[in-house]
Amino acid sequence: MTNRRWLMWLPLCAFGVVVAVVAWGLWRPADRTVRSAMVGKPLPDFTLAPIAPGKPGLSSADFRRGQPRLLNVFASWCVPCIAEAPQLMTLKAAGVPIDAIAIKDTPQDIGNFLHRNGDPYARIGSDVHSRVQLALGSSGVPETFVVDGRGIIVAQHVGDIRADDVPGILRALADAK
Amino acid sequence: MTAETGLAALWLAAALAALQVFLATLVLRRSVAGGATAVRAVAIVQGALAAAAMVALIAVFLASDMSVALVAANSHSMKPWLYKFAGAWGNHEGSMLLWVTILGLAGAAVARFEQRLAERTLVATLAAQAAIALGFYAFLLFASNPFARLQPAPADGAGLNPLLQDPGLAFHPPTLYAGYVGLSVAFSFAVGTLVTRDVGPAFARAMRPWVLGAWVFLTLGITAGSYWAYYELGWGGWWFWDPVENASLMPWLAATALLHSVTVLATRDGLRAWTVMLAVVAFSMSMIGTFLVRSGILTSVHAFAVDPTRGTFILALLVLYIGGALALFGARVGTVRQGKLFEPFSREGSLVANNLLLTVILGIVLIGTFYPIVAGAFGTQLSVGPPFFDKAAGPIALILVAVMAAGPLMRWRRDDAGEVLGRLFAPIGAALFAGAGAFVLGGPIGVLPLAGIALAAGLAVASVAPLTKRNLARAPLHLWGMVIAHLGVAVALAGMAASTAWTQEALLAVGVGDPARVAGFTVRLEGVRPVVGQNWTALEGRLSVTRGDAAPYVLRPQVRYFTQPVTTTNESAIATHVDGQFYAVLGALGDDGRWQLRLWWKPFVTLIWAGGALIAIGGALSLVGHQYRLFRQGRRRAEGDA
Amino acid sequence: MTRAAAVALALVAATPAAAQTANAALAYTQLPDADQERRARALMETLRCIVCQGQSIADSDADMAGEMRAVVRQRIAAGQTPRQIRDWMIARYGRYISYDPPLDAATIPLWIAPLLLLLAGIWLARGSFRRR
Repeated sequence: MTNRRWLMWLPLCAFGVVVAVVAWGLWRPADRTVRSAMVGKPLPDFTLAPIAPGKPGLSSADFRRGQPRLLNVFASWCVPCIAEAPQLMTLKAAGVPIDAIAIKDTPQDIGNFLHRNGDPYARIGSDVHSRVQLALGSSGVPETFVVDGRGIIVAQHVGDIRADDVPGILRALADAK
Repeated sequence: MTAETGLAALWLAAALAALQVFLATLVLRRSVAGGATAVRAVAIVQGALAAAAMVALIAVFLASDMSVALVAANSHSMKPWLYKFAGAWGNHEGSMLLWVTILGLAGAAVARFEQRLAERTLVATLAAQAAIALGFYAFLLFASNPFARLQPAPADGAGLNPLLQDPGLAFHPPTLYAGYVGLSVAFSFAVGTLVTRDVGPAFARAMRPWVLGAWVFLTLGITAGSYWAYYELGWGGWWFWDPVENASLMPWLAATALLHSVTVLATRDGLRAWTVMLAVVAFSMSMIGTFLVRSGILTSVHAFAVDPTRGTFILALLVLYIGGALALFGARVGTVRQGKLFEPFSREGSLVANNLLLTVILGIVLIGTFYPIVAGAFGTQLSVGPPFFDKAAGPIALILVAVMAAGPLMRWRRDDAGEVLGRLFAPIGAALFAGAGAFVLGGPIGVLPLAGIALAAGLAVASVAPLTKRNLARAPLHLWGMVIAHLGVAVALAGMAASTAWTQEALLAVGVGDPARVAGFTVRLEGVRPVVGQNWTALEGRLSVTRGDAAPYVLRPQVRYFTQPVTTTNESAIATHVDGQFYAVLGALGDDGRWQLRLWWKPFVTLIWAGGALIAIGGALSLVGHQYRLFRQGRRRAEGDA
Repeated sequence: MTRAAAVALALVAATPAAAQTANAALAYTQLPDADQERRARALMETLRCIVCQGQSIADSDADMAGEMRAVVRQRIAAGQTPRQIRDWMIARYGRYISYDPPLDAATIPLWIAPLLLLLAGIWLARGSFRRR
């Protein structure tokens, strides 16, 4: 049985592996943001009806006109969307074309939201049942996609855009040209 | 003042734990006259002080003393008193204090009552127990002081998560912790026995009641937790393979294996090294479980703020205790005399198979639970959930059930295959009959549920077989315990298989007065009205439910709105029938004026928890039976001496 | 407990005012065809709710889970197979969305681990038996 002596150290080795895994999970917590797997792929085809007064609806064809654009997924009932509104206005002032998909919203609420927080959008499509949101692989509001001039998604920003996120988004837009 | 008294008691207890480790080491190094008695006395006082600290914490919660930070963060003066009471451990700091309290009390009980073990082994055991306690005292005092004051005191507290405001859940943590602590005692015995190289039947008999007790509490905890998820989460599921559930299942699997290998060691003096290792593994699983829940590494950042300090502290304790014990195991167990070898076809053989299969299932659950972290370390985000666990662990669990049916019908030492097959005639017949019946009458239900139903029938018949041809009044209590526990597994398995196979679901939008039908039930929503509770308001549906020609009864599912903190919960309404449960949930009101309604008929689902209760009762009977026998043996010996 | 907290949070965070009006169809009601519904249900139990963690879309009150249920039911009704729908979901959300990890290079160790454990256990158990 002496040749089995090494077996007695096996539990300690197995325990070491478990501790290593656990320590990794503790000190290098994985990025738990659920990102879209659609980055690098063409926008799915969609056509969404207008929702904001005097503003056209949105379709995937609008993103194939040669110029990179931002696609902002937002909703009037979403609090972080209010927080990111100033940054979107900054981007608009920098000449960035921004379109939006409004999730589960009503014309009245959208009107109030834009009146209160500013209106950076060229077009807004209404996605009442989140169908386009799901097709984009978006897991919440707000999210922002950078789409190049051929309709390919080149980047995704999950959560509200903070002031220090703006340069990165401008760079992604410049790279997409 | 109460808070300061509690803190003082905690510091004193910690000091005594340190003294206990020091004294015990001294006694082990060189024999000190009366040393063992001193160690015992210190252990008892330490346990009493920890309990005093816990009582102090409960007192400040009951008094809603908002100047204590923990009370302000987790309680509210308007809360019902039961939840103020349970609120004492419904949070991180309080639950850790509860843990050391039970740990201290268990140590005191070992010190007071354990008479069979060699004195040196007992002293080493108490040293290990105090070392564990010392780590947790340090954790409490330095990283999570439950008695910290808040300046200035807020006007009122923040409240307790409404989902946790439930009488069953209030007693869920103490139950689980009692189980975990029982395993810590088993761990301490294992360390003690490794220190003195005294592995044998005496050690197994000393450890057995703690393992059995721990196992009973873990069984109760898992059963109750499962029922809570079933009625509280509102979708009729009773097991989700969620990391927190796995954290409670893994110690149970290890304890189940340990409990059977302890029997082999106590009866036949075999599986020595294996039993010692299992005792260490079982406690390590309960520490890993605590770590999983407390550190939040496997749950969403959105649910709990991950606190690396706490996680690091528990991880450090884990490495220290378990790593230390396993290193001791590696170094020492080779010098422990080899236990007896067995014939493969014997009761021992079946128990080895039981241990093998339980350990494999434990490994699968462990790997499946942690695999997302491993994959994440390599940059892949993935999920491991019910489909994996069902596919990987399901078939092995069913093989285990077959072993369970055959094992108790085999003789110790050596048995004959033909004879065992003869004894299994009735169980195999029952399994074939039930399987065929389910196949013919039950429609397409899938392989696992079908096998589950057949095996449950076979196991039910096999598990009562050891009592046949016996005088029932004279059958020993621990035999009754085994029979009832095994029967409980059959009952629970039948419930799982039947409810998985034949649940019927209706998800509807109904107007007031419209009839809805599911599985022979007719349901009418008669109205929805607002109701007010102590700290919530709700919309309550009034459902009139008729089954066949029976008289109708009323179910009142609610959508509850809590204000402290703001939360909505769906309170399901459940009617229990002899053959299952009718489960109703009220949803939202649509803009067409119709209400969402979720209805389920879950045949025999109650058997799952009834089985869990039977398993626990069986364990308790077995515990009492073994202790009673030892007590009688002791008395007979005393009489013989006299 | 953690899951409870996650549910509570998901409920607070993801409840648009307008949401309760429109999404009832197929998110909270079944397909008329029992066979299709059974397939849809089986698939939903293996898809992870992305906003609540720890729950499948089949048993979550989160809004997003409801919309995913509706998508699954619509696509099943349109004649797609569960496999096609799962692939569609994975193409959008990555492997994270599937509770049933697809067999590939990253999950090979996970899927063969049970077999290896069983073999190692049998080899180990042999040691405690007397040789004939």
